[in-house]
Amino acid sequence: MTRLKLRKLMFGSRERNGLIINVVVYTLLISIGFVYLYPILHMLATSFMRPEDILDSGVRWIPSTLHFSNYRSAVMVMDYWNSLWKNLQVALFPTILQIITTSMAGYAFARYDFPLKKLWLGVLLFSFVIPPQITMIPTYVLYSDLNLIGGIWAFIVPSLLGQGFQSAIFILIFYNFHRQVPRSLIEAAEIDGAGHVSSFFRISMPLAVPALVVTTLFSFVWYWNDVFWVNLFLGPGNTRHTGLTTILLELQRFQTSFGAAVSTVAGGPPDPNNEALRMAGTMVAILPLIVMYLILQRQFVQSVDKAGITGE
Amino acid sequence: MEKVIHANTFRMKCVKLANKIKGLRKSMRISGRTRRNWFYAYAFLMPWLIGVFLLLIYPLYTSFSFSRSQVRFPPTGLVQFPVGWENYTNIFALDTVFMTGLVSFTLQLIPQMAIIVSFALIISMLLNGRIKARGLFRAVFFLPVIIATGPVMSELINEGVATVPAVNLSAIANAMDFLPPMVLEPIVGLFTQLIMILWNSGVQILIFLAALQKINPEQYEAAKMDGASGWECFWKITSPALRPMLFLNVIYTVVWLANSDQNPIINMLHIRMIAGVLGPGGMPGGYGHASAMAWVYSIVVLLIIGLCWVVLHERKDKDKPETKRLEQKSYLPKRREIVRKLRKSDMEGIGVDKR
Repeated sequence: MTRLKLRKLMFGSRERNGLIINVVVYTLLISIGFVYLYPILHMLATSFMRPEDILDSGVRWIPSTLHFSNYRSAVMVMDYWNSLWKNLQVALFPTILQIITTSMAGYAFARYDFPLKKLWLGVLLFSFVIPPQITMIPTYVLYSDLNLIGGIWAFIVPSLLGQGFQSAIFILIFYNFHRQVPRSLIEAAEIDGAGHVSSFFRISMPLAVPALVVTTLFSFVWYWNDVFWVNLFLGPGNTRHTGLTTILLELQRFQTSFGAAVSTVAGGPPDPNNEALRMAGTMVAILPLIVMYLILQRQFVQSVDKAGITGE
Repeated sequence: MEKVIHANTFRMKCVKLANKIKGLRKSMRISGRTRRNWFYAYAFLMPWLIGVFLLLIYPLYTSFSFSRSQVRFPPTGLVQFPVGWENYTNIFALDTVFMTGLVSFTLQLIPQMAIIVSFALIISMLLNGRIKARGLFRAVFFLPVIIATGPVMSELINEGVATVPAVNLSAIANAMDFLPPMVLEPIVGLFTQLIMILWNSGVQILIFLAALQKINPEQYEAAKMDGASGWECFWKITSPALRPMLFLNVIYTVVWLANSDQNPIINMLHIRMIAGVLGPGGMPGGYGHASAMAWVYSIVVLLIIGLCWVVLHERKDKDKPETKRLEQKSYLPKRREIVRKLRKSDMEGIGVDKR
């Protein structure tokens, strides 16, 4: 009897996992999780270190003292609060406009049958697959002709026209979601006198709130993190500057802007290649998103489930 | 006799054609309701459609015409001198930096994609079991999606924390010494960025996990009752459910990696574009050459995507003949029989009525 019990404990039964399986699974998950978080933990630890700690091979994880001045100089070098505010503008306005246009396009594909529908769906998939580099140069020329380079309009115009960052994915998500709205519901609304526009706003959109949450979150994060277009429109080598910038752009410039900032500080100038300082800068750059993630973690993680990407 | 049959079939053909034309005419007549639907469909689609023409088709066309010309900037603006396919031949003949970059990109992309997708599959299966704190683990594995971007990644790679601490790089390089350096270098590069590669798998894990959780657990129980082993369960239940998601994930990963900020080719494109006719290192540059580079790059990416599509879709086709055969053999004759019976009873019914 005891042998049977022991076996049950070790290898598990139908109701419970055995001890061995549990140990293996948790060890795997925890060690992979650690490897996953290793760069972030390292970054966090290093960012508090003094220069002596970095040179000292005895100090690997825990700094001898919490050294906040790294953060102070990083915030100064990156002109943090200003960049944060500008970054918010660059991320927020395009996100809102992009969600509006992509949800409309997704709705059109889901609800109506119209001539050339197949063709446009094909174009949509095609626009997802082709690398943006191919349209990069003419887009740049077009925008500089329209005098949009360097300003917020360079981001607003494409998102208004449904060609913003990863727009195709969002249209597909909305398409999938609106398709699941029962047709009878819309027909019933039509009988009650709802027009096409009001049935979109008052029936389909309220039902698509989960999709709306997903797309808004992802759109915001992707715009916030985008470097490719930001570099192209706001980065070095541009003829026109309006002072618009993002935090990641500032992080990229960290080395160069360091010299300019340090010369205004009294006291011995720290080494621009100071690891701790660079890590503090990186930490500060990702901090807003981490805070957002900690608050909205559930929405993010459950989003893929709800967006119906996997089909019903 | 033969002639009669011939005339008959000809008449039949004529009647059929006439009917077809009638049908066409009927279908040409469109009700006002449908027309209104079309109008609203295009109204909802309008912003996107304008975007397609203005920001997709027009730039594609311009980019192609750039790639076949030399672009110069006199004070009046932009002027193109057509040079035919010279930019493309220059890429293959002169631009060694781009070509080696492209080859190593291709050599890295496919193993990277394989690593990401299989890692996501393993993690999602681990998370799908009966474990505690699943939410916490899910949150951890998804975190990099939020923060992994170009400058952050390059800082971390510079810092040397992009690789798994326990992996001994020089040992790996030594072990695979027999490979030519052109193949070896991308593989070693793969290991130096292992964590960064794994960091790209957050969305894929969630997609797999969502698919896994839609499988009915009773299916596994029924299979176990019938004496199926875990391995058989995986192949017969789990893998069919995951196959469409596998395809989705592969395509998503390839597109994501191809368009990511850490991609060296994209930076190269940007630098060459601004550089003018002679880029850094004596390599050709300018808008025309950079456009040609972009086209070559895009075609390579599209080829890789097409390859993935072919490989992953063949399996689906293999299933099809079987189902078709099943339909033809068992299902269809039955249906025909039923229809015949119904007709018979209908006729009889009509007959009764007439009487």
